[in-house]
Parts: sequence; structure tokens; C-alpha cells
Amino acid sequence: MLNGIPINFYIMLSAVLFIIGVVGVMARRNAIIIFMCIELMLNAVNLLLVAFSTLHNDASGQVFVFFIMAVAAAEVAVGLAILSMVYRNFKTIDIDLLSRLKN
Amino acid sequence: MIKLVALIPLFPLLGFIINGFFGKKISKSLSGWIASLAVLASFVISLLIFMELENSEVKSHIVPLFSWINSDTLKIPFEFLVDPLSSWFLLIITGIGFLIHIYSMGYMHDDEGFVRFFTYLNLFVFFMLLLVLGNNYLIMFVGWEGVGLCSYLLIGFWFKNTAYNNAAKKAFIMNRVGDLGFLMGIILIFITFGSISYDQVFTIASTGNETTVTIIALLLFIGAMGKSAQLPLYTWLPDAMAGPTPVSALIHAATMVTAGIYMIVRSNIFYSMSEEASHVVAIVGVATALFAATIGLFQNDIKKVLAYSTVSQLGLMFLGLGVGAYSSSVFHVTTHAFFKALLFLGAGSVIHAMGGEQDMRKMGGLWKHLPITGKVMAIGTLAISGFPLLSGFFSKDEILAHTYEHSPTLWFFGQVASILTAFYMFRLLFLTFFGKFRGTHEQEHHLHESPSTMTIPLIVLAILSIFGGVLGLPEFWGTTNWFHHHLDPIIAHKNPSILNHAKEWTLMFIATAAALATIFFAYMVYIKNNILPEAKDEKLTGIKKLIYNKYYVDEIYEAVIRKPLDLLSEVFYKFLDLQVVDGIVNGVGSAVTGVSSLVRKVQTGHIGFYIFGMVLGIIAILFFTFIK
Repeated sequence: MLNGIPINFYIMLSAVLFIIGVVGVMARRNAIIIFMCIELMLNAVNLLLVAFSTLHNDASGQVFVFFIMAVAAAEVAVGLAILSMVYRNFKTIDIDLLSRLKN
Repeated sequence: MIKLVALIPLFPLLGFIINGFFGKKISKSLSGWIASLAVLASFVISLLIFMELENSEVKSHIVPLFSWINSDTLKIPFEFLVDPLSSWFLLIITGIGFLIHIYSMGYMHDDEGFVRFFTYLNLFVFFMLLLVLGNNYLIMFVGWEGVGLCSYLLIGFWFKNTAYNNAAKKAFIMNRVGDLGFLMGIILIFITFGSISYDQVFTIASTGNETTVTIIALLLFIGAMGKSAQLPLYTWLPDAMAGPTPVSALIHAATMVTAGIYMIVRSNIFYSMSEEASHVVAIVGVATALFAATIGLFQNDIKKVLAYSTVSQLGLMFLGLGVGAYSSSVFHVTTHAFFKALLFLGAGSVIHAMGGEQDMRKMGGLWKHLPITGKVMAIGTLAISGFPLLSGFFSKDEILAHTYEHSPTLWFFGQVASILTAFYMFRLLFLTFFGKFRGTHEQEHHLHESPSTMTIPLIVLAILSIFGGVLGLPEFWGTTNWFHHHLDPIIAHKNPSILNHAKEWTLMFIATAAALATIFFAYMVYIKNNILPEAKDEKLTGIKKLIYNKYYVDEIYEAVIRKPLDLLSEVFYKFLDLQVVDGIVNGVGSAVTGVSSLVRKVQTGHIGFYIFGMVLGIIAILFFTFIK
């Protein structure tokens, strides 16, 4: 029990968030949306880590989360830079149209 | 001084490095002098060490240098051994080597490969010194292979000529056959005695069982057969005459070919333990002596005659080894080094004067044109023929006397071989230096005595050939055989002469009478009756033709070994190489192409599809890790 809420709820919330993220990544064609969905998945994991860290009274889970956040921030910075370059060159960020990599 | 023995091989190595790396930058004569002085320095140190050893009570000094191979059970230190045998060989190698270096400066003067020649020559001397100095079989083996390499390089010295290259390859490959035997012998020694250092092996050698020792002795002898050109591995030596003449003198007469004899004398304990192995050595030796001597009778190339004579003399030395006359064989190695080096260098001087011609049928009457060469050649010929009181007389007689004790039959064949030797050597002398000149007019005008760099070594060697015999005067003359006593410490089982003096005198008389009669016969044939060899090879018939063509041994080897090997390789090429190996290699290639052309279809280029694949992959991983 964390603050009166059972740990199962945290797990379910995380699972739901993660699945939303996965489905979003697979279903949507807009690159920015895909990005956001990836962030969603990362944060689902973060939530789970924090929840268990509190449950077990072990701070290392929270330290992990800090690292994940830092890496995610860096990744977003790089990813958005790539996307803006892609948009400049192709005038679109629809991933189905971005199949030039094949050839 | 003995502690400084490492300097002996070091000087020629330095000479090799200087000439090898900086030879192009220094002048020709300087590089020749560097090489010669390096060998001279080694000779001086060898001489000092020899004297010190002579005065010292202890006759065997081991000089450790460094630890070489150091693994679990195999511990091989890099040590040099100074004892009467190695110190004597040091003197021969560096002494004769120095003379031949000096001679080469004259002989190779106009050759464009002058520096390269001296580089190889120094390298050869280095390896040869390593061979005799090492205190274990492995160092000997390194030297053994090294001299083989130098022999290859020097036979094929004029590498633009394909025939010479083939001769070089032949020498190398034929030696490999022997080397394999030698290597197996070393391994067997290690397995049996747990060491390959001489001092350790020889002290426990008598504990070995007789069969093993016989096998070791025979394997070592196979090595000696290759290096010292014995039947059936002798055919490389006559072909090795393709190299420059000083090389023939140094490597293929005086030093390298005696390595086999050194090795057997070194391991004499094995041979004195095994009667069978000694018998094999004696029989192979006498067969080679006789076989090569008959071939020598009809050769027309001056160097080929000397080459077959070398094979025959080496056979005689092995006969001596086989009957247990180790010190007599080393004595013969010594005198043979003197007179055979002399004969080869003399032949080189003749070839030099003839402008490269080696066919004796085109020579004749050179005595007045080449007075010094003629005289020294005559001395060499007398010495090898066993003319009384010259060096060859004593050493050959000693071997034959020991052989007689052992087996009169072997003695008879040995005696026949030495009679034949006297005949063909005088045939060479008479055909070359007497009678009328048979070459062209230009050659006759070109005839000249060689420069003093060439004649001085000849004169020194001639003096040694005359007086070399005093080293080992026969005991029954009431003198002491110095040489015999010198080598005594290294002979495991002494073999004192059991013949009475009357018998020894008789044997000596027979040998002398036979030699003189043969010389007279050769004189009658080639001077009195002026019978010349047929100018055309085809006119020979019967046994003469057989011998002239060297018993067709090369052709037999060609048919029995090379042809089947070629055929076998052809079969392997057609079947194994083209079908199996190529099939596998090409099959792998086309399989990869085929599979990838299928898999390539997955790469659509659509990012969505990739992400889908990724998610599927992650799910699969999770499934197999947690659920299963």
C-alpha cells in the first residue's frame, strides 16, 4: 500500500499507459505523435519504477528514473532536431511517405 | 677466452648485417673486406680458443648465453659447447672460409651481385658456426636449416637463369627429406631421454634400449644423408655446381656437406651402441663412394667431376664413421677441406681464365698459361689421389685401415673407389692442363693467370694440402697420432687398432701401389695415347653411356617420384580442388545470395512496418523470457 493505494493500481496504470504508447507508435503516421507515444512508454516505466522504489523503501529505483529522464530529454532534443530537418527537406513528417531509406 | 666464444658467430653476423643493409652505400671493395675481416676475426678467436683448450685440463666447456625455450617439460637453454670437436670445426670453417672470402674478392670482382654474394657468404658462415657450436640438437638444427637456406640462395645466386634456380630448388627440396629425418630423430631423443642437450643426453644414453637407439641413429643418419649428399639423396650436390665456384668450394666441398659427419661424430655414442645403424652407415658410405666415383670417370664438366669426387669422398668418410673410426673421418674431413677447396678454387681459376667455359673437352695445355693454378691443381690432385706423404694419403689410409679391421670386403670396395678417384682426378688434370689447347682462338688469347687475391689462397691451401697429413701421422710409424689424441675426449667408445704393424704396412703399400699404378695408367691414356673424350655425347654406347648419364638416377627419380606426384596432384586438382573445394566455396556464396534475395523483401522502407517488427520482437522476447 502506497498512500492508501494498492500497488496493483500503479501496475495497471503503467500497463495502460504503456499499451497506449505502443499502439500509438504502431498506429499513428505523424512522427511527432510517435515521439510523444515513445515518451509515454518511458514515463509508464518511470512510474512503475518510482512506485516499486517507494514500496521497497529503496532509493535506487528513483535514481534510475532520473537517469531515464535525462536520457529521454537528450533523445527528444536529437529527435526533434532530426524531425525539423526532415520537415525542411520533405515538407512532411508522415512516416509512410518517408521511405527513401530503402534505396 | 673460452667465455668469449659467442663472438665467433657474432662477427660474421655483423658482417651480414652491415653488407645486407648498407651494402649499397659502401664501396665494393670495402664490403668485400668487411666480410673477409669478419671471418678473419672469427678465425683469430677460434685459434685462441683452440690453443686455450689444448692447454686446459678440462676438455669440454659449456658457455650458457640465455634461456631460449622455457615451457613445462621442455627447457632448452641457448648454450655453446667448446670441446675438441667443435673447436676443430671452428678452425676449418673460419680458416678455409677466410681464404675463400679473399679468393671471392678476385673471382666475383666484375659481378653485379658482389655485395649480395658476400652478404650470403657471411650469413652462411654464421649459421655454420652456430651448427657446430650449439650445445643441443635444436641449435644444431637451426644452423642446419640456416646453411641449407644459404646454400639455396647461393646455388641460385645467378637467379636470372632458370636452370640454376631449378638446381637451387632441387638442393633445398632434397635436403628437406633429410631434415625431416633429422627432426624426427631430435624429437625421439627428447621423448626417450627427456632432454636434447648433448651433455645430458650422452650421459644417460647408455640407459636407452637398443631398438630406440638404433631408430634414433638411423633417423639422424637420414638427416646426414641429405646434407652430406649420400645415396639416395645425393643428386642435388652435382647440380649445386650452378652456384659460383667459391660457393662450391666453401659450402659444397669444405664445410656444409661435412655437417652430416659432424653430427654423427657428435652423436657417436648412439652409433657405437647400435651395430645395425653403424652397418647401415658403412654400407651407404661405401656404396656412395663407389657409385659417385664411377660417375666421375666420364664427366666432362670440370666442376661436375669435382662434385662427384666430393660425393665419393664424403662416402668414404661415412664408411669411416660406420666402422667406428670417428677421428679418422674428421681427419679426412680436414684434409678433404684443404685439397677439395684447393681443387674447386683452382677449377674456378681455370674457368675464370677460360671466360666461363667449364667443358674440359675445350681446354687442354693450360699449364704454360696458368703456371700457378696448374701447379696447385697438380698438388691437389696428388693429395686426393693418395700420393705418398701428401695429406690425403694419411687420412684415406687411416679410414681404409680401420675398415679392413672391420670387414675386408668393405675395405676392398673402399680401395676400388679410391683407385677410381685417382684415375678421374688425373684425367681432369691431364685433360685440362696438358696436351693441346682445344678451345677457340679468342679463348686462347684471353688466357691469363688469375689476380693475386685468387692465387694467394690457392698457394696457402696447396701448402696445407701437402703438409696437412702431419696432424695425424700413423701410429705404426712410431709417431704419435696427434689428431687421434685430440679427439679422444669426445669419442664415447674407443676403438683402438687391432691390426699388427706388418698388416698396416701391407695395406699402406697396396694403397700406394694402386694409386701410383692408376696415375701411370691415366698418364698412358690421356698423355701418351692422347685419347680424348668423345666430343659428341650421342656417340657413347653401352655402359659408358649409362655412366655418362649418371646411371639415369635423375630420370629414375623423375619417373618414380615426380611423375606420380604430378599425376596425383593433377587428380587432386581436378577432383578435390575444382569440384569439392571450389564447390563448397561457390555454394556458400550462392546460398547467401539466394537467401538474402528472399530476406531483402522484408526491408520495405516503411518506418511503421519496422516499428511493428520491433514491437513484435520485444513481445516475443518478453514472452520467451517470462512466460515460458
